[in-house]
Amino acid sequence: MSSVVDPGLLSLIGKAAAPQTQLVTRRDIRKYSVATAQRQRKYLDGDEAPPMFHVALFWPVLPLDELSANGVAIDPMFPDIPGRRPMAGGLKIDFHRPLKPGDELTATRMLTNIYSKQGSNGSLIFVEVTMTVIDSAGEIVLTEKTTRIMK
Amino acid sequence: MSAVPDLKLLVPGQALPVRTFQCEPVQLFLYNAALWNADRIHFDHPHTTLTEGYPALVMAGPLLGDWLAQAANEWAGDAGFLRSIEYSNRRACYVGDVLRSVGQVRSVDTESGDVVLELAIVNQRDEVALPGTAVVRLARA
Repeated sequence: MSSVVDPGLLSLIGKAAAPQTQLVTRRDIRKYSVATAQRQRKYLDGDEAPPMFHVALFWPVLPLDELSANGVAIDPMFPDIPGRRPMAGGLKIDFHRPLKPGDELTATRMLTNIYSKQGSNGSLIFVEVTMTVIDSAGEIVLTEKTTRIMK
Repeated sequence: MSAVPDLKLLVPGQALPVRTFQCEPVQLFLYNAALWNADRIHFDHPHTTLTEGYPALVMAGPLLGDWLAQAANEWAGDAGFLRSIEYSNRRACYVGDVLRSVGQVRSVDTESGDVVLELAIVNQRDEVALPGTAVVRLARA
């Protein structure tokens, strides 16, 4: 059962962050592969990036004074909703091709949906942010939809 | 790692190999360093336990997501391709936990080569921390 979402919140649908371009390097792939305990040689040698490497590639690099006191980079794409706190959400990622050293990739993030559902203990608001990553030829290499649940 | 699965022999319910992951602080530190993630719940033990009230350093959710992706990706083999993955963060995991990735075949499309897998990261108390599904495209013989 759906319930009504505040029109002010709904007006945020379509809000986009500035595109971010990053270069895939062998060294960064190797660091990520060691840190995640990959077992395939192509990843450990940095010849190809493991599927989830984009999480590290596009993690925000903020000045120290923009981090919260507990070290968190606050994600401005997800709105604060008074009286509600974020719960763990989920991810859906579609991969179109593997990433390799030398790839120059551009990520664009957009708030793509806000909706409400009635839970057993009141309403829950779902906020979806979609990241689309394209290569220098303009081809989509992956899309990632993150859903945050506000209770 | 296991042999590459044969598309013609796959049946729903077939289990993927189980892999065990020991949650250690050095790996957690390196993972968050690779991301540039400074959230203190991943490296500052007094802050995490005394201020934020967690029992131990908290494992990073996307690291568990990576382990889920590895289960599908390794199973599909070098000639396979992980087309999509979907998961939800259901339960926090901590340094000291012993996790395992588990999975089974849900459905097989012999035309396209696409196999849908049900996956999960499970803790030492057999609680599901991270349930998910993945679609891998296997190479056809």
